[in-house]
Amino acid sequence: MTSTAEPELGRSRKRKEDARLVTGATRWTDNMALPGMMHLAVLRSPVAHARITSVDTSEARRMSGVRAVVTGTDIAADQGSLPCAWPITEDMRSPQAPPMAVDTVNFAGEAVAMVAARSAAEARDALDAIDVDYDDLPVVLDVESAAQPGSPLVHTELGTNRSATWTFDSAEAGTGGDVDRALADAEVRVERTFRQQRLIPAFMEPRSVLVDPTSEQITVYSATQVPHILRTMLAMSLGVDEHKIRVIAPDVGGGFGGKLQVTPEEVLTFLMARRLGCPVKWTETRSETMVSAHHGRDQVQRLALAARRDGTVTGLNVELLADMGAYLRLVTPGIPILGGLMFNSIYKFDSYRFTCTNVFTTKTPTDAYRGAGRPEATFAIERMMDELAAELDMDPLEVRRRNWIDRAEFPYTTVAGLTYDSGDYEAATGRAEELFGYRQLREEQARRRQRADTVQLGIGVSTFTEMCGLAPSRVLGSLSYGAGGWEHAQIRVLPTGKVELVTGVSPHGQGHVTAWSQLVADRIGVPFDDVEVLHGDTQISPRGMDTYGSRSLSVGGMAAVSATDRVIEKARRIAAHMLECSEDDLEFSAGRFGVRGTDRGTGISDVALAAFTAHDLPEGVEPNLDAEATFDPENFSFPHGTHLCAVEVDTDTGEVRIRSYVCVDDVGTVVNPLIVEGQVHGGLAQGIAQALFEEAVHDEDGTLTTATLADYLVPTAADLPEFTTDRTETRATSNQLGVKGVGEAGTIASTPAVVNAVVDAVRHFGVDDVRMPCSPQRVWRAIRGVRASSETAPEAGGGLGSMETGGFAGSEGDLR
Amino acid sequence: MPRITVHVDGTTYTDDVSARTLLVQYLREHLGRTGTVVGCDTSNCGACTVHLDGQSVKSCSVLAAQADGHEITTIEGLSGDGGQHPMQQAFHDNHALQCGFCTPGMIMQAVDLLSDTPEPDDQQIREGLEGNLCRCTGYQNIVRAVRDASRRMRAGAEAEHTGETPAPRSAEERTAQPTGGQS
Repeated sequence: MTSTAEPELGRSRKRKEDARLVTGATRWTDNMALPGMMHLAVLRSPVAHARITSVDTSEARRMSGVRAVVTGTDIAADQGSLPCAWPITEDMRSPQAPPMAVDTVNFAGEAVAMVAARSAAEARDALDAIDVDYDDLPVVLDVESAAQPGSPLVHTELGTNRSATWTFDSAEAGTGGDVDRALADAEVRVERTFRQQRLIPAFMEPRSVLVDPTSEQITVYSATQVPHILRTMLAMSLGVDEHKIRVIAPDVGGGFGGKLQVTPEEVLTFLMARRLGCPVKWTETRSETMVSAHHGRDQVQRLALAARRDGTVTGLNVELLADMGAYLRLVTPGIPILGGLMFNSIYKFDSYRFTCTNVFTTKTPTDAYRGAGRPEATFAIERMMDELAAELDMDPLEVRRRNWIDRAEFPYTTVAGLTYDSGDYEAATGRAEELFGYRQLREEQARRRQRADTVQLGIGVSTFTEMCGLAPSRVLGSLSYGAGGWEHAQIRVLPTGKVELVTGVSPHGQGHVTAWSQLVADRIGVPFDDVEVLHGDTQISPRGMDTYGSRSLSVGGMAAVSATDRVIEKARRIAAHMLECSEDDLEFSAGRFGVRGTDRGTGISDVALAAFTAHDLPEGVEPNLDAEATFDPENFSFPHGTHLCAVEVDTDTGEVRIRSYVCVDDVGTVVNPLIVEGQVHGGLAQGIAQALFEEAVHDEDGTLTTATLADYLVPTAADLPEFTTDRTETRATSNQLGVKGVGEAGTIASTPAVVNAVVDAVRHFGVDDVRMPCSPQRVWRAIRGVRASSETAPEAGGGLGSMETGGFAGSEGDLR
Repeated sequence: MPRITVHVDGTTYTDDVSARTLLVQYLREHLGRTGTVVGCDTSNCGACTVHLDGQSVKSCSVLAAQADGHEITTIEGLSGDGGQHPMQQAFHDNHALQCGFCTPGMIMQAVDLLSDTPEPDDQQIREGLEGNLCRCTGYQNIVRAVRDASRRMRAGAEAEHTGETPAPRSAEERTAQPTGGQS
């Protein structure tokens, strides 16, 4: 066994995953077909809120190839209620969430019937023959009016549209002062209301589920981020024995939180397969994804910030209304709460209060989308810091410098009660300024203003942090989350010295197979190619909490590291026996146990073979080197960074062009810089898309008008700039690797950087906000001073939603 | 039911297909060529891109019947010899994919782009790929990969890099180019 020539940690290994993906040798769920398999199609409600008065399936049942047509009434007794694992308060109101509507539909896109047929086309045809009569109920679309007493109700039985209110107050928690006093005493107060528009995760692979009930364990293949959670939740919500369910996440084409769900369709496919006793597959169309897979964001944020004239911030009050949509899905209620401890960000506020009211509307449920609560928080505070800077006529970077936690102050316990273990905001900001040419751009901005250039330059700043690596089970418990945050790994050293690593995380594009191989190769001292990473099948990987919240490396990777340590511990004992020396005399390096002070030694693969043959093992030693470990960190990790964006705004047309985008992220130790850079790029694209392009728009009847990729503007290559990325490296102290997590950083940081830049470009016209997405129309209106319209018109570029009627296009948009 | 004869990745198939069968459905469901995938219903995402007589088409927007008598190349037949086409290699080398769902279509479109424009600049690459959506990469490494493949595919030219780990970025790419202000 030879050791690798250079350390794997920190090496830009090209990905093991790619070979299959670039040649089309893939295993997406929809690629699979099993003998006797039926195809499932789901009929969805075209109306947002109605009573179902009748469903006539007789014609559909007679159609060619149709095996079964099932309505909500048919499965009412079996289907259970979709799980919500995060009851944020004890008195949280949570409606029944049947996978298929029985008598009432609460959003357009909700399942009302399903057909199983020989072919997908026959199933789809039969949907058209099902006749459903609806008796309309009032739609509830605007989160602000929905929260008012007297509003029509989404769920009459709850008596209110308010699901729960969650508060954090630093005075009560003992982590800071009284925010009301701070605001009353403030030399400067900045108050703003921001709208976090509703977004759609828009993973590229439409969801697909294949359930095979023909073996002892019912096997569920699903395009999911969370096979382990899905298994447990299917068992709990359907009353099926957990050990009779096997869940496999084969190749999964992106998720971004959108596949962190127990979906109605997973349950429905399961029920249909059990009913028919044969494999059943459901694959959605893109339009189904758009209307029925959960959405993200959708908050109204009211902030009041208190500061002194010298720029020192003293207090922050945050009031949120969070749109749940029609039901509470897996972690819906907790999403805004994840941001609740982050609004204070990297700044040393003395007092802080956060109040979030979760509100039902008759729209698609919301839930996790890349960043999940933290982008919303970061957006709001970074916008506020720019507004404070404008108010004080101070440079936005200078305002931040005066308030951020200095590098010497770590570990630092924030006003929200979190302890940031490490960080160096000075270093990241300094590097970003240098790469960006901050001063020169400010000078150019001044020149353009002076000559009243048609194209104005704006500079946006975002000095973000986030909490990630979800994790600490103890903390998740204190936030009433329904599960822990640990992660599991197992290592099997095979007789030939090759290594299998079983991980409980469930990658769907992140490159874990490559990165985990690097981790293990380095520590056990085997070649990178000798490590196989196994995941995504509850039969292979029995324990895990899956992949989301930038947790995989900082929690799952650490579990793998702990398991390697145990492998080496076991091997050491056998090696000492083989070499007839004391364990203390052995040193392990690069895959070899050497006897100190001699040239005697043995490689780990020889030890593995000796363990396997078991002819001569020390007393009480089992015949393998396998080991497993679970890791549950003490704290979150806190990546941070400084993002700087320069935009050119054409004041005649409102068009925004990103001229340059520089980000310097600190994600701690880096295992694979190539993968990290890729994660940052992709994150930036999604954050920029929120700032400039994307919005889920509903018309006044509650119909999603952006239900295709022609209308919902996922950016293309031509819409995005070249990014300049760099890193600083401050080790996390919450795990041995020093890693923090990178999956969400780009998304969290970039949105405010872009919007701050847009506002900065046109602030001299009197503009102090432009609602997202900052479409040409909105920017143009803001410049022209048509402020009300710029704030109320929901639109999404070229989509139907951008066709305004009578000033603004939907009741959802009027906030004030 | 129309009877069609189609040459797909070097094999000839004769089949009766229903008139409404899309080319992508024919490839996936009749021929088992599941390397080509469906990402949307509106021909926006480009995940299903294949070559029809050497030209890229979105196979969700072509009827199987229209492919009668034509030559179809999918991602699975792109290299021809079981190895990898320089574009596939360049995608791997430049980390131009994450989840990989858009990758087959993206690669097929990129090959088509280079056959029209063998030495595209970055803007031409971005515009040439405008019909293909990727949600993971932010496109930067895709652009880099296409540039790299363009170099590799020109006779005698050196690849941007080879070997097991990617070459460091060029100095200009690595260090920003702080444009700073313009006058």
